[in-house]
Amino acid sequence: MYDFAPIFPLRERTVPTLTATEIAAIAHLARLSLSEAEVPAYGDSMSRIMALVGELDRAVTTGVEPMSHPLPGQSARLRADVAVAAEPRELLQRNAPRAEAGLYLVPRVIE
Amino acid sequence: MPTVASLAAALQARQISSAELTRQLLGRIEAAQPRLNAFISVTADEAVRAAEAADRRLAAGEAGPLLGVPIAHKDIFCTAGVRTTCASKMLADFVAPYDATVVARLKAAGAVMVGKTNMDEFAMGSSSENSHFGPVANPWNVKRVPGGSSGGSASAVAARLVPAATGTDTGGSIRQPAALCGVTGLKPTYGRVSRYGMIAFASSLDQAGVIATTAEDVALMLQVMAGFDERDSTSVELPVPDYAAALGRPLAGMKIGVLTEFFDSGLDPAIEQTLRAAIDELRRLGATISDVSLPNLPLSVPTYYVVAPAECSSNLARFDGVRYGYRCQNPRDLKDLYERSRGEGFGAEVKRRIMTGTYVLSAGYYDAYYLKAQRVRQLIADDFARAFASVDLLVGPTTPTVAFAHGAGDSDPVTMYLNDIYTIGANLAGLPAISVPCGFAHELPAGMQFLGPHFAEERLLNVAHRYQQATDWHRRAPAGVAS
Amino acid sequence: MNATRWETVIGLEIHAQLATRSKIFSSAPTAYGAEPNTQANLVDLGYPGVLPVLNAAAVRMAVMFGLAIGADIAPRSVFARKNYFYPDLPKGYQISQYELPVVSGGHIDIVLEDGTAKRVGVTRAHLEEDAGKSLHECLPGLTGLDLNRAGTPLIEIVSEPEMRSAREAVAYMKKVHTLVRYLGICDGNMQEGSFRCDANVSVRPVGQEKLGTRAEIKNINSFRYVEKAIGFEVARQIELLESGGKVVQETRLYDPDKGETRSMRSKEEANDYRYFPDPDLLPVLIDAGTVQQVRAALPELPDQKAARFVAQHGLSAYDAGVLTASRELADYYETVVHELGEDPKLAANWVAGDLAAFLNRDGLEIDASPIGAAMLASLLRRIRDHTISGKIAKDVFEAMWAEGLPADAIIESRGLRQITDQGAIEQAIEAVMAANPKQLADYRAGKDKLFGFFVGQTMKATQGKANPALLNELLKNKLGSAGG
Repeated sequence: MYDFAPIFPLRERTVPTLTATEIAAIAHLARLSLSEAEVPAYGDSMSRIMALVGELDRAVTTGVEPMSHPLPGQSARLRADVAVAAEPRELLQRNAPRAEAGLYLVPRVIE
Repeated sequence: MPTVASLAAALQARQISSAELTRQLLGRIEAAQPRLNAFISVTADEAVRAAEAADRRLAAGEAGPLLGVPIAHKDIFCTAGVRTTCASKMLADFVAPYDATVVARLKAAGAVMVGKTNMDEFAMGSSSENSHFGPVANPWNVKRVPGGSSGGSASAVAARLVPAATGTDTGGSIRQPAALCGVTGLKPTYGRVSRYGMIAFASSLDQAGVIATTAEDVALMLQVMAGFDERDSTSVELPVPDYAAALGRPLAGMKIGVLTEFFDSGLDPAIEQTLRAAIDELRRLGATISDVSLPNLPLSVPTYYVVAPAECSSNLARFDGVRYGYRCQNPRDLKDLYERSRGEGFGAEVKRRIMTGTYVLSAGYYDAYYLKAQRVRQLIADDFARAFASVDLLVGPTTPTVAFAHGAGDSDPVTMYLNDIYTIGANLAGLPAISVPCGFAHELPAGMQFLGPHFAEERLLNVAHRYQQATDWHRRAPAGVAS
Repeated sequence: MNATRWETVIGLEIHAQLATRSKIFSSAPTAYGAEPNTQANLVDLGYPGVLPVLNAAAVRMAVMFGLAIGADIAPRSVFARKNYFYPDLPKGYQISQYELPVVSGGHIDIVLEDGTAKRVGVTRAHLEEDAGKSLHECLPGLTGLDLNRAGTPLIEIVSEPEMRSAREAVAYMKKVHTLVRYLGICDGNMQEGSFRCDANVSVRPVGQEKLGTRAEIKNINSFRYVEKAIGFEVARQIELLESGGKVVQETRLYDPDKGETRSMRSKEEANDYRYFPDPDLLPVLIDAGTVQQVRAALPELPDQKAARFVAQHGLSAYDAGVLTASRELADYYETVVHELGEDPKLAANWVAGDLAAFLNRDGLEIDASPIGAAMLASLLRRIRDHTISGKIAKDVFEAMWAEGLPADAIIESRGLRQITDQGAIEQAIEAVMAANPKQLADYRAGKDKLFGFFVGQTMKATQGKANPALLNELLKNKLGSAGG
């Protein structure tokens, strides 16, 4: 249920250089339109960034737990189950690019 | 020099009214705007109304360290009824329907918001050049950057347009601009100040903080901003100490460790000189100085450039043109709506970071990049914890260079990223850190940075304050600015 | 064809909306049916700057479920972000749980109609937030989003792929449905979308260990549809494989009008969800003390209750199963037993029989029954004390249902008291005998089947009120034995 084939082929991590296809795939996953002219520029800068990131290989991290929260020993705080009315719809929909009959509107989604 | 403290006293003594003071500063802001572009929005009418309300409270005998004092908010904090843009085309017309907790607390204390300051788009940058509303200039030399991402706040404070401004710091975005602009800037401990209403960049690194001209002013602002907020699950339930009370303690016996990794070949020797002199001053003030090595600290930047983009790629997914924000014209279908709204609404640096984050989280790469980086993060945090077992504070330079020219980072984003090389570590470990002016290099301000263990803001403010009592770097103002 | 060569493998993923008052990560109300977007607050809408705060009741309900299925409760569980773009998902990610779910392991015991019992393993159950609703029919060329539902707490229950037929799948789904309602953690209203099922279906040759490629049928909202959808899908896959084709791993939707499943999303859209721990939420710690507290407060579960009915009331396993299908029905039945003070089987027959039939006929839930448990008990008491016969009782029941009056009032007003006066019955018998000389003669000549005729006639003459046992005895005496 949770296994996926990698969209980007795994490669040697010495000098990662991202191809145009990979850049296009990442842009699609992130829903960012990139013109053909922009792709090489992003490919170049992202390759530089990944080269910087590659420095992490120098660190020995066997047995080290990944840190997801900077303060140690913290745990979830639980809120009492009390319902509070939402802010008025009119206020919240003032910023909506397109809303009618109380609904937010987008181009028709075909399922 | 008009500080928060001195202005509050003058207002209390009715030597000046908040309305007069606010109008004065609004005039200065208007005059400086073409040159500095420190503000995205100036809320003149609201400010005068708020000032008049503060005057009524003062007349009724109310006292408060911020009552009637004009301040500015970085345009990353939601301000109800006021445009909140994050310096992005994506939110260029977004009017926030609520106040961030930080904004609400300062408002309740009677601080008068004069406007929203310019910044790097979505807090991503170290120069405040990545703004949909144009770059910000450094008041010390308008051809140079003020630093980023809280460059507008730092520039405004340095130019004495406001005595204090809020900022946010994810990788150094308060401390670095404070250093480049010759002002004082504090990043509190992660969880000390609420993130509710602060538009998220990297959730495990972001913190709201203060930029002002003195440590005392920072303490006064932090006092109001800090504290538990039930709307932020990462907010810590620790009582807020009296920061002002701790300022004047003598430094005798304080153990300060000099971060040896920071004094590397990348540091401008002129800045190093100012640091050495400053450290001598700390000795004279009674501190014991030693050398401390944090061997994993040089990995801060690569670690950060995995974790921060990963979190931001997810945090910025909500900007999709559906419920608020920029929507492209005539979307052909849903895919087009998303891709063009986001492609047109976000600037290049933001898109770079979103894509980097998407990549390092993607199937097959998560372990090699994201998990690896979070493990290195733990190593860095462990280094700091070990250091703080033997010293009370760490000291080092805030930035490797002084303010650089506009356009300097255009060819290679990584060059820009390396500006944060000394500041990022504190964000990764959630530690509090403060930058104070400590001299000049090439006639531009240089900053000294102190780092403390978790919740050691009192100690940081104490050291900064004692240093500022013995020196006057923090009192210097750019030419043409009344100090 | 060669259908016997194939084995069906089914796993179910059930999404049950937890019956909390407020959402899982915000305080907005969860009540169903509000005007569009009036129950979506800043946090639900994913406004810039907002943050999630976890609802204690949602965690408690998940723990209750885990304990009820004999699962392990994670002492430390983590919320993770599932990242994908869809307009009903405001933040562009769903807060869910990935590597460390709150509940893992456990089982659901099912009993099929033919009586066979089976234990189906549960892989895990985790907490997550629901998305909003897309409305495709409102405006031409547009889809409308109602985000009221966004942020409603869900528990996602994932079974092991251990079901081998659509029947088993339905039994599993029904059992989970009953269980969550028993626990009071979900109202189980499938029309309103509180209880949804996705079915993962694959086939493989009998004897093969490796699983076949599965298709996922999404969002099935009735027991009947689950059975039909799985049936169609199995047939589709078998036909595909037997004609040399390959089953594609994909998401499919069941179309109830056409009775078929069809592909929902193309393979190209297979999402990489880029799960990572949500930095805005801290790990949920549940200690042994909390688990104990929740365990102690658990209501009696359906299987326990059914077993108790069998042991204490002498009911059959089947009857006990019917009566414990819902907690309300079981509670009703027990109240009747308690009020009546005797003969639980009588109570069982009436509750599972007549009462259930009338509720069904009028489309009522048991809590809307015009005849309360105490009222029914008083009717049954009148059967037990011979005031009325069982047959008359059915008429009384119908009148009670229609008029909402207690049994005694109806018995009195309609004069339905059973006749137990020997003399009166004998008189009636004599009258019938006198009126039917031919049948009398035939009976005495050996046609013993005519006994029923006399019973019927005498009953009619007494408007059905003669005590049947007494009538039988007296009639035997009066008629004499057949053939002599």
